[in-house]
Amino acid sequence: MLFSKKNKEVFVNPLGISNPIMVQVLGICSALAVTSQMKPAIVMGLSVTVILAISNVVMSLLRKTVPNRIRIIVQLVVVAALVTIVSNILKAYLYDVSVALSVYVGLIITNCILMGRIEAFSLQNGPWESFLDGVGNGLGYAIILVIVAFFRELLGSGCLFGFQIIPQSFYDAGYVNNGLMLMPPMALILLACIIWVHRSYNKDLQE
Amino acid sequence: MKALRNFLDKVKPSFEEGGKLAMFRSVFEGFESFLFVPDTTAKRGAHIHDCIDSKRVMSMVVIALMPALLFGIYNVGYQHFLVTGQEMEIGSIVAYGLACVLPKIVVSYVVGLGIEFIVAQWKKEEIQEGFLVSGLLIPLIVPANCPLWMLAVATAFAVIFAKEVFGGTGMNIFNVALITRVFLFFAYPTAMSGESVWIGTEGIFGIGGASNVIDSFTGATPLGQVGVAQGVVTPIITNAVGTEISTLDMFIGLIPGSIGETSKIAILIGAVILLFTGIASWKTMISVFVGGALTALLFNQIGTTPIMNLPWYDHILLGGFSFGAVFMATDPVTSARTECGKYVFGFLIGMFAIIIRVLNPGYPEGMMLSILLMNLFAPLIDYFFVQANINRRLKRVKK
Repeated sequence: MLFSKKNKEVFVNPLGISNPIMVQVLGICSALAVTSQMKPAIVMGLSVTVILAISNVVMSLLRKTVPNRIRIIVQLVVVAALVTIVSNILKAYLYDVSVALSVYVGLIITNCILMGRIEAFSLQNGPWESFLDGVGNGLGYAIILVIVAFFRELLGSGCLFGFQIIPQSFYDAGYVNNGLMLMPPMALILLACIIWVHRSYNKDLQE
Repeated sequence: MKALRNFLDKVKPSFEEGGKLAMFRSVFEGFESFLFVPDTTAKRGAHIHDCIDSKRVMSMVVIALMPALLFGIYNVGYQHFLVTGQEMEIGSIVAYGLACVLPKIVVSYVVGLGIEFIVAQWKKEEIQEGFLVSGLLIPLIVPANCPLWMLAVATAFAVIFAKEVFGGTGMNIFNVALITRVFLFFAYPTAMSGESVWIGTEGIFGIGGASNVIDSFTGATPLGQVGVAQGVVTPIITNAVGTEISTLDMFIGLIPGSIGETSKIAILIGAVILLFTGIASWKTMISVFVGGALTALLFNQIGTTPIMNLPWYDHILLGGFSFGAVFMATDPVTSARTECGKYVFGFLIGMFAIIIRVLNPGYPEGMMLSILLMNLFAPLIDYFFVQANINRRLKRVKK
């Protein structure tokens, strides 16, 4: 029952065929803002995954008790509480990353993926399915963040996780880091390329 | 001519579907229609046609660009020999200029046309001719020291993301050559601005180059000099060895700057060719200059920084303003198409170019950003004028 075919789909689909960024086009702002380096991108991806999974479960448990009219405010309270916890944990144990992420951890509250998944999925489904859906969507978001961050950090500053990847001999021969990669517009273009590749493999997503 | 036609007819079958060289079909078609006006006509409906097709239009723009290119080649060599303090010989000046500029032209065409050919073959379409002009514009708007690999990366980026994703020639929103320039400007700022990028000091292919580069040479462009100046009064603009540049020098163009943009005489000849053949719109061109001049006069009235005090004629003569006004703003694809819209489009380009230049001295090339900005608004301007026209006529009907 736990890993039925349907549950597997709930978990696997957000990684590809219904990816929150590539297909639903949710959570773009943070994808542009935190992806100039790998480390913040991974931490951001994991934070969203944790918050999304827990808030999905909590809202799924509350779905029969919360009156319909005030459900949005309850969702906000749940998500905001979780975001505050995660933000403080980051400040305590990963201070440099939390500085790099600055307001974007706090802004997870307004990340469309969270409200979108709670509204669309966990209010209609049980806690276990909601948990799988949360983890799946969070990881789907994280994957794209990491891919974008990989290219941006590699081409923009020649490093990965802060370690020099492009050898010094390249720079001596005249190679220069691409400054445009460190600016948000390039994240948007990379995102577009990822969507381009994804759509060319999934013909039924093409309009 | 006849022999060439016969030869083309003979080899044609091997490029058709199923032929031995079918993978080069688009290349063959491209060259065939470049050499001979194709005899195919529209299959249905009535079409009013001019006697020239777009390949011939493009060739005319290329011809109009020739004076700027030739002067640019000379100027690159001239600036080099000026700062190396060597004896000036016309032969070595031109040789150095060619050694510097020709590789850029080759890189730009090979990369750009290469991508065009691949895309045309892949989409089973004809090769589109738009890159003929862009490929020549690109080398003309970069500094003399721009590395070739950067040019290649930027050209590839521009052709793919500014042109092919929108559907190819005639569908692009932004001017492809300017996207190349803007990519270079933001991606590799150290190679695109500053003092050392405008004048070549090293020998190329064994031509030129000297051990005794003059110590006190400053390679900043006139706009760069005005941009960083302190105080209120516009400083005296000098060339690389410290001689003052007069307004006449700016007009002739033996000053540091991007390869093709320095000589206003050459640009003027190009403008005359474009206007005489009716390819560029005089409305756009004139209103760019009017917009720029009026805005510069307005800033002269405020006059609190050196660049605000730059006279309007210097504003128009310096930097890429004239080049952009003549060759970029009038691009028939990306400019406004309604006749009244052209005035608005041109005026705003001139205005924004001067505003960006004056209020942000970090971007002396306000012209590039302002044309791209207005490219974005061109459809909106057109929409407004079309709607205004419809409303005017509706009102007449209702009366």
